[in-house]
Amino acid sequence: MDKIIQEVQKQYMKEDVPSFKVGDIVKVEYLIKEGQNERVQPFIGQVIQFTGHGVSKTFAVRRIVQGEGVERTFPLHSPRVLNVTVERGPKRKPRRAKLFYLRERAGRSAQL
Amino acid sequence: MTQIFREDGMVVPVTVLEAGPCTVTGLRTGERDGYTAVQLGFIPARNKHVHKPQRVAAEKAGVKPHRVLKEFRVADTNGFEVGQELGSDIFEVGDVVDIIGTTKGKGFAGTIKAHGFQRGSETHGCMNVRRPGSIGQCAYPGRVFKGQRMSKHAGAVRRTVKNLVIEAVDPEKGLLLVRGGVPGPPNGLIQVVTAKTAKIKGGKN
Repeated sequence: MDKIIQEVQKQYMKEDVPSFKVGDIVKVEYLIKEGQNERVQPFIGQVIQFTGHGVSKTFAVRRIVQGEGVERTFPLHSPRVLNVTVERGPKRKPRRAKLFYLRERAGRSAQL
Repeated sequence: MTQIFREDGMVVPVTVLEAGPCTVTGLRTGERDGYTAVQLGFIPARNKHVHKPQRVAAEKAGVKPHRVLKEFRVADTNGFEVGQELGSDIFEVGDVVDIIGTTKGKGFAGTIKAHGFQRGSETHGCMNVRRPGSIGQCAYPGRVFKGQRMSKHAGAVRRTVKNLVIEAVDPEKGLLLVRGGVPGPPNGLIQVVTAKTAKIKGGKN
């Protein structure tokens, strides 16, 4: 990519990006603004993909809410993503970069 | 293109433009030229890269020769001097600009790419997949109407994108970040003009 664009991107990128991998169970602290109020909404789930590069890098987190799968995609460098902490790693190492096959699984077979 | 985050976390798609530094290489005045404009030079060049008429003009004006020269119409040349340098700081965040550039060339393109014609069916025994189809009627009028859209060399034409908003200015590096896309390939030359009212600036993506 163009050097100038890289320099511009650097200004908008976080310096200390939390380190986590596909398959990790993470807690994402996401800042929510409701009118004047600000609050932090945690989202706990399994990281199933990373896409993009530079400032536009995003990651997707999947969890099961009331028996229904829910996925959210967060921009890694967004100022609204306050922190990402690894709750625990996967039991077995994932063999692929995108864990989309978990969508078709339920219960024990969806465990890594 | 890339993207940036606003303070509230909103993602904005932007194009990074290298705007200047441009040197004022000449002024056009009403009495002498019949119109008022500012001539700007971008990218200083060595003498051997510049044609003689431009080289001599630069010598007379007492400025360095430039690779790119472009006149920008202004209402009044007051406030501009030959030799003055203009950077990206003449624009402010929130300014609305028009951007003029040459679009990417597409080569000799068929009617689908060049004019957005629909394509025929690929299956069911159809042989007319990317063909233009009928181009007219029969014995009356017995000719093809002028302006009938056909295959042509597409792209590589001058286009103006209007009303783009400046999201950020970096005067030190001479950069402008403009919301949205601009015509042309990476590293193409473009002009940045204040929307509708002609103010200044040559630039480069």
